[in-house]
Amino acid sequence: MAQVVLDKLRDRFPGGEILETGSQHGNEWARVAPAAWRQVAEFLRDDAATRMDMFVDLTCVDRSPREPRFDVVLHVYSVEKKHRVRLLAGVEERQPVIATLVPVWPGANWFEREAFDMYGVRFEGHPDLRRILMYPEFQGHPLRKDYPKEKRQPLVRRLPGSV
Amino acid sequence: MPLSFYSTKLADAVNWARKYSLFQYPFVTACCGMEFMAVWAPKYDIARFGAEFPRFSPRQSDLLIVVGTITERQAPVLRRIYDQMCEPKWVMAFGVCASTGGFYQNYSVMPGADQVIPVDVYVPGCPPRPEQALDALILLQERIQRGEGHSQVVLKQERGFDVPLAAIRPTKMGTQGGVPNPPAEGRGGQSPPGPHATATRTGGK
Ligand code: SF4
Repeated sequence: MAQVVLDKLRDRFPGGEILETGSQHGNEWARVAPAAWRQVAEFLRDDAATRMDMFVDLTCVDRSPREPRFDVVLHVYSVEKKHRVRLLAGVEERQPVIATLVPVWPGANWFEREAFDMYGVRFEGHPDLRRILMYPEFQGHPLRKDYPKEKRQPLVRRLPGSV
Repeated sequence: MPLSFYSTKLADAVNWARKYSLFQYPFVTACCGMEFMAVWAPKYDIARFGAEFPRFSPRQSDLLIVVGTITERQAPVLRRIYDQMCEPKWVMAFGVCASTGGFYQNYSVMPGADQVIPVDVYVPGCPPRPEQALDALILLQERIQRGEGHSQVVLKQERGFDVPLAAIRPTKMGTQGGVPNPPAEGRGGQSPPGPHATATRTGGK
């Protein structure tokens, strides 16, 4: 359905910025080199053939123990062309940093804050990179696979006798 | 006639009045709220039991109804709401989330409101039927009549009585210049199981 987008991407970025592309169940995806993340996003938004004018979702996946450990996943859609594409970029655990997409799609703001809160991936250039769901006192990033599932960090002292 | 006879009868009367005039504070946080609305609506109509008013101010309410999932982030808010309520006060946990955390076994959800505040009645269900809330209210009314609500018990331990018996207790009140009721600051307490009520009563001259 959005094969034209993948073709466009491969034509425009022949220098290894697009690492891999694929199509599954009618959904197209492309794996992007993290250094070209912002550039590819801008191209997808501005090119006359792709016109990705709607930001749908941005999130993160912890693929440990694979390296790079994190995948930042972006979904975008074109209201005009009625096609969608999924972009992935690997982020190293050692230095979990990738460029922000807020200047490209302002809607990415809270999604990047959520990915930062849950996975600890920092988005360079984000205007307000704070936790969005957990409280500021929270230590660690709860959706990382090495965070203990039931480790709670209470803000109020428990009543005696409660489990 | 011994004093204890009058105080028992007065406590009965006061508790009877209390159980039919519960002002509720609904602390609604999640999906249970949708079912809880039916409890107020005409078909189930909690007003039949004297629990007429939802008061959206904790300072005017007697019954805190915790409806829905309580996250760790909300726990300080819940605790503060509870602390702001005047004694005696009662708490109902509506739904499994408020009772035990329900199926949320994770980093963010507190396993039950009773982690941070005392709870008198638990209502199971996800969400519970409105009838269950009415059943819980009737159970609570029976406890109130018997003087077994958690804050009634605490008040009794601290002061020796849980109703304003000052008027018929000359021995205790004699030194207080005939003040008919326990001091106001003792009743709007900061934290329930603390010694504040006793302190304000005996700490004067
Ligand atoms: S008990 Fe069920 S219905 Fe009630 S708040 Fe929890 S998940 Fe929602």
